[in-house]
Amino acid sequence: MTNANKGGRAVALAVWLLAAAVVMLAFSRRWLPALASDHGAGVDRMLHFTMLTAGILIVVCHGALGYMLWRFGGRERAGFRPVSERSQRRWSLAAAVFMALVAEGGVLAVGLPVWAQYFGSSAPANALTIEVTAEQFAWNVRYAGPDGVFGRTDPKFYTLDNPVGVDPADPRGRDDIVALNVLHAVAGRPVRIRLRAKDVVHSFFLPNFRVKQDAVPGMTIEFWFTPTREGRFELACAQLCGFGHYEMKGILIVQSPEEFRKWFEEQSRG
Amino acid sequence: MAEPGFVRRYLFSLDHKVIGIQYLVLSMFMALCGGAFMVLMRMNLAWPGVKWPLLGALFPHAMQSGIMKPEFYLSLVTMHGTVMIFFVISLALASGIANFIIPLQIGARDMAFPVLNMLSFWTVVPACIVLLSSFAVDGGAPAAGWTAYPPLSAVRTAVPGSLWGQTLWIVAMALFIISFTMGGINFITTILEERAQGMSLFRMPLTIWSYLISSALGLMAFPALFAAVVLLLCDRHFGTSFYLPSGLFFGKKLLPNTGGTPLLWQHLFWFLGHPEVYVLAMPAWGIVLDLFPVFTRRPVFGYRINVYCFYAIAVLSLMVWGHHMYVSGMSPYAGELFSLATLAITIPSAVLGVNMLASLWGGAIRFRLPMMFAIGSLVMFGSGGFGGMFLGNATSDIQLHDTYFVVGHFHLMIGGVTLLATFAALHYWYPRMFGRMMDETLGRIHFWLTFPVFYLIFVLMHFDGLAGMPRRYYSWEKYDFLAGVRGHQVWISLLAFLLGAAQLLFVYNFFHSIRKGRPAEPNPWDATTLEWQPETSQVYRWPYDYSVPGAATDFTPQNTK
Ligand code: HEM
Ligand SMILES: [Cu+2]
Ligand SMILES: [Cu+2]
Repeated sequence: MTNANKGGRAVALAVWLLAAAVVMLAFSRRWLPALASDHGAGVDRMLHFTMLTAGILIVVCHGALGYMLWRFGGRERAGFRPVSERSQRRWSLAAAVFMALVAEGGVLAVGLPVWAQYFGSSAPANALTIEVTAEQFAWNVRYAGPDGVFGRTDPKFYTLDNPVGVDPADPRGRDDIVALNVLHAVAGRPVRIRLRAKDVVHSFFLPNFRVKQDAVPGMTIEFWFTPTREGRFELACAQLCGFGHYEMKGILIVQSPEEFRKWFEEQSRG
Repeated sequence: MAEPGFVRRYLFSLDHKVIGIQYLVLSMFMALCGGAFMVLMRMNLAWPGVKWPLLGALFPHAMQSGIMKPEFYLSLVTMHGTVMIFFVISLALASGIANFIIPLQIGARDMAFPVLNMLSFWTVVPACIVLLSSFAVDGGAPAAGWTAYPPLSAVRTAVPGSLWGQTLWIVAMALFIISFTMGGINFITTILEERAQGMSLFRMPLTIWSYLISSALGLMAFPALFAAVVLLLCDRHFGTSFYLPSGLFFGKKLLPNTGGTPLLWQHLFWFLGHPEVYVLAMPAWGIVLDLFPVFTRRPVFGYRINVYCFYAIAVLSLMVWGHHMYVSGMSPYAGELFSLATLAITIPSAVLGVNMLASLWGGAIRFRLPMMFAIGSLVMFGSGGFGGMFLGNATSDIQLHDTYFVVGHFHLMIGGVTLLATFAALHYWYPRMFGRMMDETLGRIHFWLTFPVFYLIFVLMHFDGLAGMPRRYYSWEKYDFLAGVRGHQVWISLLAFLLGAAQLLFVYNFFHSIRKGRPAEPNPWDATTLEWQPETSQVYRWPYDYSVPGAATDFTPQNTK
């Protein structure tokens, strides 16, 4: 019997130590990238709620498991008292109710309102619209220009000089501003992204903004968010799109209204 | 009748025990391949762009002058994922162990359809060969990920691996699905039709329940993937446009396709992909729930409730595939529904977890190797499940989707839970397979190099994912926001090499003990189930009669009146 228990306490200790490692890692640094968007605070609230509840559950469950291994390891005989059907049902019910509250409750109370704000609402009228057309392995960026209207596009006009296929016959497209891999936006002003893709599925991921959206060929997907502070932020591709996937980097420059206007006018003139 | 010769006995055998072991050996070979791909990947992630002259000689094309090409990295990711899920865990747990143990535990002579059984094994062998040979074709192995999203996988110039490798991937998947379907039909029929006298459904061990329900689940889910790969093949080679919309632009050329949508594939793929996780995890839970009573000498906690949980999870798992697509461009309202459905699955899962824990209460726990691995599997299940609360929730998934959080999470679930349960099962049934015990000391070293190391690797990946580290990246050198977590890669890789090396110990132990292991007693674990009771034709009780008050021994086999 002693032989059978060999290593039992070690397993209990290991279970406790692993839980301790999770907790230590969690507190060892700020893991989330510094926040820079409005709805992102809601996403972070959801993340923190889940971190807290899952964290507590991890500690409690590892603690309980380790305790049982420690206490019941290598006993000569098992306890005789059978567990009644009723108490089995009770425990299961307790687990079910608890999980329903934590998981479904979290979604309903903390998660879905943010989700609805992010996806379910249309952008405010003052939003800046940026069209982003992903291709292997770059982000084509287009602004509507001074007239505020995008020119018509058609894939048949794709060339190296016309990467988003603006129709040359459409006068509204003449003033459109087209750029590569660099987006400009204004702090405090909502941004509406019109996301498209030319070849394969890509994903528009702004880690600091809690923004991620796949760019799907054949679809134009619109969503919006509001940058809350100025700075240069990285844009990464989050959907496998080919051998250059890891290099498909863009930059989002969030500026003050004056700086943005200056940049915009320069581009329109150019 | 004459004794069957070597070929009949060991190659084209109709005996479910031999076929089960064939599956296990094949899965071990594939695990070595999948592990080797992992080692190459981890070398590059820890030391990106470094020269490995020896590997340059081995792969003159993919690692020209010793430096790994990005497209080769993607081939490795794809092959590692495909091999590990479909050709390691599926083969070992859902085919190999199932084949071996189902007839024995229900007191059947053999499978209901022995020839079909042999055929299903010999269909999966060519699948392995076809898949592995993709390294040798023009363009190399498939590189679109194990999820193979089109257009990347459908347009042959989209990535080198899509030239020919992806076609071989499709053929391999089709063969695999055919084989898996034959196996599933066989398991279900055998369990429903071939049970011994008195073995009513609610006297079956939970292992058998889990195989019954997970096989049914597989039969419902896999046809979607079969249809999906056939359509993908047509798009690739016969000019159809199931997944290809108009306006696709590759290599300065507009493609003629029109009318398809890439999202169709994602729906079809995940309609299989999510249930597949449960096809693999459920047997692991069944085995863990069955091993706990043996090594605590107590009945399992909540037997019937666990069966109902299996049912609930199987049904729900067919309705949650959309949680892989929250940010895919699918309707956000669908996202809300899929969130609620997904988190509904955590409820029966939590009940299972609590019942596993409660099964230990009041026991006389014996820390033999099967038990240790079963405990490890439970730990992975708990931690992996809590990670699922983040990803099932659409709101937090916005940030975590396609980051290393996902990689960490699914490795704990379909890697950890299933792998450790497989080890538990192999240690446990080894004496029934070969009449000998596996070496205990080697086994313990293997356990201690596997369980905590595996856990740490993938827990670290969760945190890298919180920091936003995208998956399927060849390197993260370009991104400043990841500067703080890039340094972890060396640690993760070193741990991964240790973990990989430890698995060789297991393989050695497995084969070495066939001849050199300590001879086993007929019922080495004092268990109640039929595989340890020779020549049973009548069953009188459920399988969990441990420590029954007044009984002569602390276990009462199922065939005792
Ligand atoms: C031995 C320890 C293992 C290590 C260190 C490991 C490591 C990795 C790494 C680094 C990736 C690539 C992530 C990326 O670039 O996105 C990966 C992907 C993957 N691994 Fe593992 N792995 C291990 C075992 C397993 C096992 C046992 C399974 C069984 C299910 C598995 C299934 C997968 C899958 C499905 C993928 C995704 C492939 C894809 O993105 O297409 N791995 N693994
Ligand atoms: Cu990409
Ligand atoms: Cu899923």
